[in-house]
Amino acid sequence: MEEIYKELVEIVGAGYVSNQPEERFIYSRDPGTMEPHEPDLVVMPATTEEVQKIVLLANRKRVPIVPMGGGLVLSGLSRPLKGGIVLDMKRMNRILEVNETSRYVLVEAGTAQGMLQAYLKKNHPGLKHSMPDSPPMATIGGNVLIHGSGHLSHAAGFHSEMLNGLEVVLPTGEIVKIGSCSTSPYWFGRAPLPDLAGLFLGWFGTTGIVTKLAIKLFPNRPYQDVGVFVTEDPELVPDVLHRVTGVQVAEDVTAWMTPRPDWARGFQHININYAADTPEELTGKRNLIRASLQKYIREKVGGFMVLPPPMKKGFLEAPQTTLVQFADVRKGGGFEYVGGIMPIELFARAYRAGIEIAEHQRTTYSTGARVIGLGHCMMFFFAYPFNRADEADVERARKALEETNRVVLDMGGIPWKAEAPAQKQIIQKMDPKTFDLMNRIRGVLDPQGIMNPGNWEVE
Amino acid sequence: MEYAAILHRCFRCGYCKFPGNYIDLNCPSYSKFRFETYSPGGRMWLLRAWLNGEVQTSSRLAEIIFSCATCGNCVEQCVFPKFKDDILHAFIAGREEMVNKGVVPPAVRDYLKAIQVHGNPYKLSAGERRKWQEGLNLETYSDQEYLFYVGCVGAFDERGIKMARAVAILLKNIGVSFGILGAEENCDGNEARALGEKGIFQSLAEQNIRDFQRRGVKRIIALSPHAFHAIKNDYPKFAGSLEVFHYTQILAMQAKKISLRQAQAPRRVTFHDPCYLGRHNKEYQSPRRVLKAFPGLEMVEMNRSKENAFCCGGGGGNFFTDLLGSGPESPARSRVREAAETGAAILAVACPNCAKMLEDAVKAENLEEKIAVKDIAEIIQGGQI
Amino acid sequence: MDGLKYSKEVCEACDTHDCLIRCSYIKMDLKTAKEERQRLLRGEKSPVLTECVTCYACEEYCPHGNHPFYLIVERQEQLGIWPVPQPLTKQQIIMMAPKGKIIPQKVRSPVVNMCYFPMLAGCVRGKLFQGASTIVGSDVFCNIMWLHFGKNSVIRERLPEMIANIWEHYLKDSGVKELICFHDECYGAYTHLAPAFGLTVPFQPIHLFEYLTRRLDELKDQIRPLGQKVAYQRPCSNRLIPETQHWVDDIFKRIGVERVERKYDRGNALCCGAVIRAQQMEDLADDVQKRNLDDMVETGSKYCVFNCPACLFTLGDAVMKRGIIPILMSELCQIALGEGIKGA
Repeated sequence: MEEIYKELVEIVGAGYVSNQPEERFIYSRDPGTMEPHEPDLVVMPATTEEVQKIVLLANRKRVPIVPMGGGLVLSGLSRPLKGGIVLDMKRMNRILEVNETSRYVLVEAGTAQGMLQAYLKKNHPGLKHSMPDSPPMATIGGNVLIHGSGHLSHAAGFHSEMLNGLEVVLPTGEIVKIGSCSTSPYWFGRAPLPDLAGLFLGWFGTTGIVTKLAIKLFPNRPYQDVGVFVTEDPELVPDVLHRVTGVQVAEDVTAWMTPRPDWARGFQHININYAADTPEELTGKRNLIRASLQKYIREKVGGFMVLPPPMKKGFLEAPQTTLVQFADVRKGGGFEYVGGIMPIELFARAYRAGIEIAEHQRTTYSTGARVIGLGHCMMFFFAYPFNRADEADVERARKALEETNRVVLDMGGIPWKAEAPAQKQIIQKMDPKTFDLMNRIRGVLDPQGIMNPGNWEVE
Repeated sequence: MEYAAILHRCFRCGYCKFPGNYIDLNCPSYSKFRFETYSPGGRMWLLRAWLNGEVQTSSRLAEIIFSCATCGNCVEQCVFPKFKDDILHAFIAGREEMVNKGVVPPAVRDYLKAIQVHGNPYKLSAGERRKWQEGLNLETYSDQEYLFYVGCVGAFDERGIKMARAVAILLKNIGVSFGILGAEENCDGNEARALGEKGIFQSLAEQNIRDFQRRGVKRIIALSPHAFHAIKNDYPKFAGSLEVFHYTQILAMQAKKISLRQAQAPRRVTFHDPCYLGRHNKEYQSPRRVLKAFPGLEMVEMNRSKENAFCCGGGGGNFFTDLLGSGPESPARSRVREAAETGAAILAVACPNCAKMLEDAVKAENLEEKIAVKDIAEIIQGGQI
Repeated sequence: MDGLKYSKEVCEACDTHDCLIRCSYIKMDLKTAKEERQRLLRGEKSPVLTECVTCYACEEYCPHGNHPFYLIVERQEQLGIWPVPQPLTKQQIIMMAPKGKIIPQKVRSPVVNMCYFPMLAGCVRGKLFQGASTIVGSDVFCNIMWLHFGKNSVIRERLPEMIANIWEHYLKDSGVKELICFHDECYGAYTHLAPAFGLTVPFQPIHLFEYLTRRLDELKDQIRPLGQKVAYQRPCSNRLIPETQHWVDDIFKRIGVERVERKYDRGNALCCGAVIRAQQMEDLADDVQKRNLDDMVETGSKYCVFNCPACLFTLGDAVMKRGIIPILMSELCQIALGEGIKGA
């Protein structure tokens, strides 16, 4: 490793490589429940060329390499399961181009979500990107590549669906452009070419290191509002979601269900965020949304909350800081969640399962669901907080997560950004020919098996 | 270790790395070094791991812990209301542990030794403290309304001296009744406190309190926000409750007199909030009131201002220990680039540490033709520093 | 009916039916009003039960004091009519439930009841409230809001406990009989609602405005008349206690402000719209709020005085956007006494 360290120093400079115990400690773990795995080295490249050199070095030396964005995935995907080099991508954080007319932005993969949001607010206030609810340090690259979702996902799908193109360093060191940018100076999309972006989406860094991405931007309308529709029968929710998404005026539709505070227990709250260019348009959208749910309003089994201003302000934030505060519920700085991607018709089943699991694992919980597209599916999340200083509490949360992954798969959902054990469960359920294809692709792209090994593998 | 109970509650979410508007990184040490270990969350986790024996004592660990500039951005931005106020207390407590174990970076050791032996970090004799006011005919304190307290940087540092002189002249010109202690002034101890040397700080604080009480001092005007902070917030713990003002607050009270002064040619100015005046003591208005009162100035704000201000890197002892180092990614250089982007010709400061850090950074960035660092009193005086 | 003090005969003999004829939200002629009132008396369904926006005004309009609105609420519950959708109603019932965390404490006069609005407790300060004690919390919540939700049963269940809590844990052992009610709701609950439900109130509720008038007289040398035009948002609860309206004029006279004559004040006051929104009638709420705000703006008022936290939270921002300063009555008085508003 000493030799590799020296070569890394040559590539990035001494200030941006570490083999020290302190870095190895911190980069061995993320804020979730997964056990730590120490890297041998941590390196922070600033350019694609530096990434390329690092990858070539890793290939030569057959050393595992794990790209890391914000490190906030919570399911431990940036832990180096087999040691090696962790590539902290966050120095690659330049915003390279904003195309206002065609509404896209080209960024380096380590660009923080918050910084892109701030940059657009300042320089292109008429545009915004779909902001996930992870803390603002989460990176554009990290979130897109795990099929993240956010505040525009009802309007436009998973964040991976908002991807226009990539620049990738392959495991064998080639720098490749994916999408229209491979053939044109514009990064307008992945069509009409064979879509190679799929080789890198959802693969957890096992097929290459993305260094640049272009993502779609959307109108940032000046007037915003949120309605929170409340029911107490989860069986109604799929139809509620189906109706409201059918109107196609909202930007984000996200449900939340939590046992605390007391008044929230047993109720399903559906946040419907929408925006407009004028107050009249805003009122019009509000009315369209409400009209879509008239059946339930008339029957008095559902209705929109009258939101006190501070609560409304919180729901209009992007990202919502209150979600992160869930980590301190057990006074212990931790939470992790299973995000089950599943059709919206499974809502009631998922909701009940979440309560049952929390009850018999004796753990606190919170659940919710972000709708993707026009109710094409949802990311149903089961979140469990834990006290990091109490190993028994961590274990309870871990067991709840394990059981949740199983239950999600059993009901026909698929855990999103699954931690290594859950990946194995997914593989078990997967069509063997699909998994075989994944392995063949990896074999071609990463013949040395250096890219984030231990992920998407069976024992 | 005090505050150990909060260390595990940190989620390492990273809100502490940013200002409230996310426009750029806002933690000086993380911005410089970029390893997660140098972020507030990294420090919290490392301190806990150190106390648990998972991470061993080392010079690098000490460097990480002592590189915090104590700017308070993490306290301001942390989204966990139940322990955010104790984040810096935890870092300082960690430093205390290291001081007690004798595992501090050499620069920290040297600083603390200089204070202990010489009573100042410059290793100069106490008599040198009177030199800053030569030729100004300032009165020694004897029952005037205020004691004007300049501190070590104001008394010994070349740049600090310029600022101290400008402030003293201005206070005199607008008729503020004050006296000084000259050679009999002692270090306020704020940096010793921030570096975890509780004992030295307490000794300095108690000595100062005795001196002030003996002289009948009731009100103090502090040149440096660091002294202002220590006297206001920490001296009362040692039964030293005095009314203390930062000099910009006194100037703000006299804004009308300032507005009558002769205007200079119109200039654009941007103000750098010192951490120990702004975030730590929530005083954002007085300096601005003074600048807005002075004819001919057009004020513009940087992207990171007020509670979002980016620290110059001169706090937490770093002004003396230089653990944040230089280089284009140093906080001070990043800050002056930000200031220059506003189009301002003047970067106004209200702290001698900031004045020195930012002025050196302007030179390092070759921005001398574009922007000048001036303290508020220097701007109003209008003359050469 | 379980304790509700009204007389069937009085309604049957009424030939004006002001309760329904004068309603600002349901339009009907005298004949229809008579028929619908009869339905209500017989316990039958009536469009009144679903169209009522629960503004309480008919309690004021009834010349016989025969509680026409309380009867509407009673019938809503009996007939399973939910003015506000069930999930929202149930949530509120849980949210506003007594927590059983009351700790007895000694208080001294003047004792100001802040009900369940701790966020406004900071208003009890300065010369007006010198030496005052405050009581606040879920265990002293007046519970009048259930009138908006068709839930007289919750009032029956909780109001006696609240009265007992206030008396037993604070006032009795402190030897204090007077309770200054900061909001119209509380004063209305203890002087009008409670007796209508057959409940005895052992303490003496004092309307905040009466207290303020008293204090202003004591501090009259310190008043600097404001010389401003002020709009007043009369809350629905004040319909239960119209005899307190004159205090508004009395205070305004003392602090030198003009209560602007406007269409939607006094007997013609409009609901702030919060409850209309809770009833999912967004267009009506928009309309009511717009008319109310337009009316205020036309008068050129500098301030709009609120005495209900719900009205304040609902309309405060909108009022400010239209260039009028939202303010509580006590805060306006504090300005006249040279004290300024906290946080301003």
